[in-house]
Amino acid sequence: MSAAEQLLPATSVGTEPLFAVRDLTRLYGPEKGCQGVSFELYPGEVLGIVGESGSGKSTLLSLLCGRCPPDRGSVQYRDGAGDWLDLYAASEAERRTLLRTEWGFVEQNPRDGLRMGVSAGANIGERLMAQGVRHYGQLRAAGLDWLQQVEIDPARIDDLPRTFSGGMQQRLQIARNLVSSPKLVFMDEPTGGLDVSVQARLLDLLRGLVRELDLAVVIVTHDLAVARLLADRLMVMRRSRVVESGLTDQILDDPQHPYTQLLVSSVLQP
Amino acid sequence: MNAQAIPASDAGYNFAYLDEQTKRMIRRALLKAVAIPGYQVPFGGREMPLPYGWGTGGMQLTAAILGADDVLKVIDQGADDTTNAVSIRRFFARTAGVATTERTPAATVIQTRHRIPETPLAAGQIMVYQVPIPEPLRFIEPSETETRTMHALGDYGVMHVKLYEDIATFGHIATSYAYPVTVDGRYVMDPSPIPKFDNPKLDRSPALMLFGAGREKRLYAVPPYTRVVSLDFEDHPFQIQQWEQCCAICGSGDSYLDELIVDDAGSKQFVCSDTDYCAQRAQQQESRP
Repeated sequence: MSAAEQLLPATSVGTEPLFAVRDLTRLYGPEKGCQGVSFELYPGEVLGIVGESGSGKSTLLSLLCGRCPPDRGSVQYRDGAGDWLDLYAASEAERRTLLRTEWGFVEQNPRDGLRMGVSAGANIGERLMAQGVRHYGQLRAAGLDWLQQVEIDPARIDDLPRTFSGGMQQRLQIARNLVSSPKLVFMDEPTGGLDVSVQARLLDLLRGLVRELDLAVVIVTHDLAVARLLADRLMVMRRSRVVESGLTDQILDDPQHPYTQLLVSSVLQP
Repeated sequence: MNAQAIPASDAGYNFAYLDEQTKRMIRRALLKAVAIPGYQVPFGGREMPLPYGWGTGGMQLTAAILGADDVLKVIDQGADDTTNAVSIRRFFARTAGVATTERTPAATVIQTRHRIPETPLAAGQIMVYQVPIPEPLRFIEPSETETRTMHALGDYGVMHVKLYEDIATFGHIATSYAYPVTVDGRYVMDPSPIPKFDNPKLDRSPALMLFGAGREKRLYAVPPYTRVVSLDFEDHPFQIQQWEQCCAICGSGDSYLDELIVDDAGSKQFVCSDTDYCAQRAQQQESRP
């Protein structure tokens, strides 16, 4: 089964895609990086990218979010006004605006995604300030509201992120990204490095927020359980190529490609 | 040390210490800075005969713009008689042979650290500021390449993060010096360590303002009559410092005051930080019947 055949949109989504990727390629060496990736993402859809270490997941993600220009191929995004924007043809200013308004990026390590030197409230308010909100009261209200939404005690709004636990930092990072009501969020192993019970809570929260806010999400993970819980669709990567893609349940229950079969069968069953 | 021991002008130096090529290079950078208000222009900073942090940036700018008929005033913390001010004034008197003054209206070039004179500046005067850290974004973004990109794209949202932190911590904007400003609606600029009390004096000033940072080798400028706006929040507007006291010497109620401890019991006195302004006022009051 080729990668191109299985581009079915998920069930509960709009008719026109939000995000379209054509033949995206960036190689650091033969089969190092990612090549020939094409897909479309619809509003409210969650796409999981799974694969082993070094299979090109993270390269693909940084290509998708505008951090590293591709050798070949295009990334297009349909903005709020319904116009298509070619990510790498756009100016850097447009790209930055996009990244802090309609997009979000949740880093694997919350220390990379947060400003550790300023309070939780300032972290949440930063995107709003960048968008031109100049009213302290509104920023404060947004901070309190979002802390509550990600289940952090609002009384900690003036505490520094370094006084937070790993799980709280990750949730703060999510709040900081979602405060500008983005339509598309990229996540790089959001539950990596957290212990199992904290992972479960975070996943629960994420699932709720994704449904509630109708977010489109591209999530990179090597944890198939995370993929099963969150993703509507999966892409399996191996040696820089997408070897299989389709609906999550379909891929996990009936894997076609030998590598996917190996991946699914290697999950420990408790 | 007495003043007569120092020759009026020392012929062993080129005019104003720096060589002509260096002065041309700095003037070219200054022209660019004036053309793009608030933009930090790199320049080839030279070694000066005093350490970084003592005003090397300001001195290089002063040396580059000084002419034989200029009258130089140097202030440090508003005072004309502090070590730094006295030695820089003497330095230019010796290497350039220019006239020096302590009176603000008489000066054509005023080099300063920390203050803008209380006496309103006039068209034709030039203020030269000694700047320690020219980059207003430095506190939040340590990378120089990143801050340059942020300036280029006008990506200044993070400037308000610091003000937000102030209000969250202290209940009001507690930044009291080097208070960031937007110049001509475009570049965010650090007005050097002047107190925010002096920020309004930058706005549409008839004088040319030049800023030089010696260690970081950057200079920038605010041309005359340029709009300079201090950053703030709608519900926490920009405010300058206020005192309940008046100056103990001249009685001024609207100048920037220094708090002095005058005895071992901790009694306090408030006096003008601008010594020239204070002396002029005291003189006027004496001459008045």
